[in-house]
Amino acid sequence: MNETEITDDKEEFDRLLQKGDTQTYLLRLYIAGMTDKSAQAVQNIRKICDENLNGRYELEVIDIYQQPELAHDAQIIAAPMLVKKLPLPLRRLIGDMTDKERILVGLDLRPK
Amino acid sequence: MLKENNIKTSDICLLKCQTGIRGLDEITDGGIPGGRPTLVCGSAGCGKTLFAMEFLVHGAIEFDEPGVFMSFEESSEELAQNVASLGFDLKELESTHKLLLDHVSIERGEIEETGEYDLEGLFIRLNHSIDSIGAKRVVLDTIESLFGGLANEGILRAELRRLFRWLKEKGVTAIITGEKGEGTLTRHGLEEYVSDCVILLDNRVEGQISTRRLRIIKYRGSAHGTNEYPFLIDENGISVLPITSLGLQHKVSSERISSGIPRLDTMLGGKGYYRGSSILISGTAGTGKTSIAANFANSACERGERCLYFAFEESTSQLTRNMGSIGVDLEPWIRQKLLNIYAVRPTLYGLEMHLVKMYKLIREFKPNVVIIDPITNLIAVGSDNEVKSMLSRLIDFLKADQITALFTNLSHARSKFEHTEFGISSLMDTWLLLRDIEIGGERNRGLYILKSRGMAHSNQIREFLLTDNGINLVDVYLGPAGLLTGTARIAQEAHDKAAQTLHKQEIEQKKHELHRKLAVIEAQIAALNSEFEESQEEVNKLIRQEESLERALAEERAKMTHLRKADDPIPDEKP
Repeated sequence: MNETEITDDKEEFDRLLQKGDTQTYLLRLYIAGMTDKSAQAVQNIRKICDENLNGRYELEVIDIYQQPELAHDAQIIAAPMLVKKLPLPLRRLIGDMTDKERILVGLDLRPK
Repeated sequence: MLKENNIKTSDICLLKCQTGIRGLDEITDGGIPGGRPTLVCGSAGCGKTLFAMEFLVHGAIEFDEPGVFMSFEESSEELAQNVASLGFDLKELESTHKLLLDHVSIERGEIEETGEYDLEGLFIRLNHSIDSIGAKRVVLDTIESLFGGLANEGILRAELRRLFRWLKEKGVTAIITGEKGEGTLTRHGLEEYVSDCVILLDNRVEGQISTRRLRIIKYRGSAHGTNEYPFLIDENGISVLPITSLGLQHKVSSERISSGIPRLDTMLGGKGYYRGSSILISGTAGTGKTSIAANFANSACERGERCLYFAFEESTSQLTRNMGSIGVDLEPWIRQKLLNIYAVRPTLYGLEMHLVKMYKLIREFKPNVVIIDPITNLIAVGSDNEVKSMLSRLIDFLKADQITALFTNLSHARSKFEHTEFGISSLMDTWLLLRDIEIGGERNRGLYILKSRGMAHSNQIREFLLTDNGINLVDVYLGPAGLLTGTARIAQEAHDKAAQTLHKQEIEQKKHELHRKLAVIEAQIAALNSEFEESQEEVNKLIRQEESLERALAEERAKMTHLRKADDPIPDEKP
């Protein structure tokens, strides 16, 4: 069982590598209620993604007030927090997404 | 009076939350502040996490107060494993919704800060955890890890302040742990935010022996013990021991208990020691201190009482073997669990740790009699002053529980007998001195009572004999030749006996002679009497002859007168 999983992972990895910048981004933005800060964060991240990812992304916005159990699973401490689930490695970006440079670094779209 | 006041005020103003940690609730007069955060700080490895975990587990099990443990360092699995050895089954508590473990992992490398943020995520998470099990207790261990994960200290500090306020509003009793920093209580100054109660844990090493200590640095609105209290982490978790001198208010018993040596009882006013008193037996090496102690233990067990014996010199089997040789068989008592011999080297722990361990054992075993043999060895691990303070606290604790305590003390041959190294004599009610007496190339043991409070006791020195049948006390020889013991005493006694016999025989002989003399005298008296009677008889015979002669002459004369027919006689006397 384990073996197949491992090969699966490897294939997936190779596939991801080959895809390069055609990789789809899986992003989750956790916000704590619809505050100004939250709205700001949603707006900012959408803008940055639209500008840099050409629709190659899925953004899910989760209000942890509504689903507090998700906060535990996703190891949320601060809000707003953007979690980049794919491509690996996993990254967490906290703040209202105003620092564009840091976001691009965080999303591996720009070298550090 | 002070205490009454405290209870009164605490009833009104301050709700306290019992931690369930043994001893802590006594020091804090009822527990940590209820519904408020308490800071527990200390250096690495001093037991902060365990302290916090015990608080939750006791709350869940004993006080029906569910708890949330938010760990910033260890995962739930690690936590569960760490405390499993203490008998805490965290998984079981979690499944019954008494406890919730939440591991907050913060990886610096994963996190990128992109602007303004707050810790609302953490608040929501905590709030959700609290609400899902109706938690009354919360632990944050160690929230300072946030400083390692998040760079913006300004935001962090503001959020922490908000967090503690929020915890208060939420009405949960919280423990926040913090690592001790350089010159500050916590590395990031958490004490600034948690102002109600601060507890410092410490693990100090002195002379290669480490002692854990706990101190309440502040406790707003409540009286609390200000001392450093030693605490113990063992298989039952943390126990803090508020062993202080309680003042001299303990009740005393007038019941007397036997020392196990009949003759010694006689010396002690005929009845033995007082129950609940403290007894010191001091003497130089090999004077029989342990033997007296073992006899006392034996007699306690014979009465069906429980005896706890702390042996700092001999192992259990060595002690029972050696005591067997003087006719004291301790093994049956050990089997019947009346006697518990606890043998350790004093250097095993620090002094406070010993006290804590003793206290704990005494609490568990509930003995009537406690023997510490010898206290002198404790000096090896502490200064005189510390030993004295430890012993006075131990004695106070024992007296409060009416436990009779017997201590042995090894005095140095050169020092004066009446000098105990740490001046503990004033703590003792009865003090027996054992000394060796060297006479005639022999070393013998002598025993006397230096003091015994509240009873008429003998002022005599007794010779102390260890025989196959136990201890025997005999009178020493006090004669013209001075104080004699051992063979010298026996020789002198034999000598005396011979002299006495001789004397007796002489008297007998004299008596005999007297009898004989009396018999002789009586015989002589009888002879003289008969002689006298003989002479008397002769005299009487002569008298009788004379009388008859005279009578015959008179008759003759009368006859002649008649024959002569003479005139009336002429009066002769007339001229």
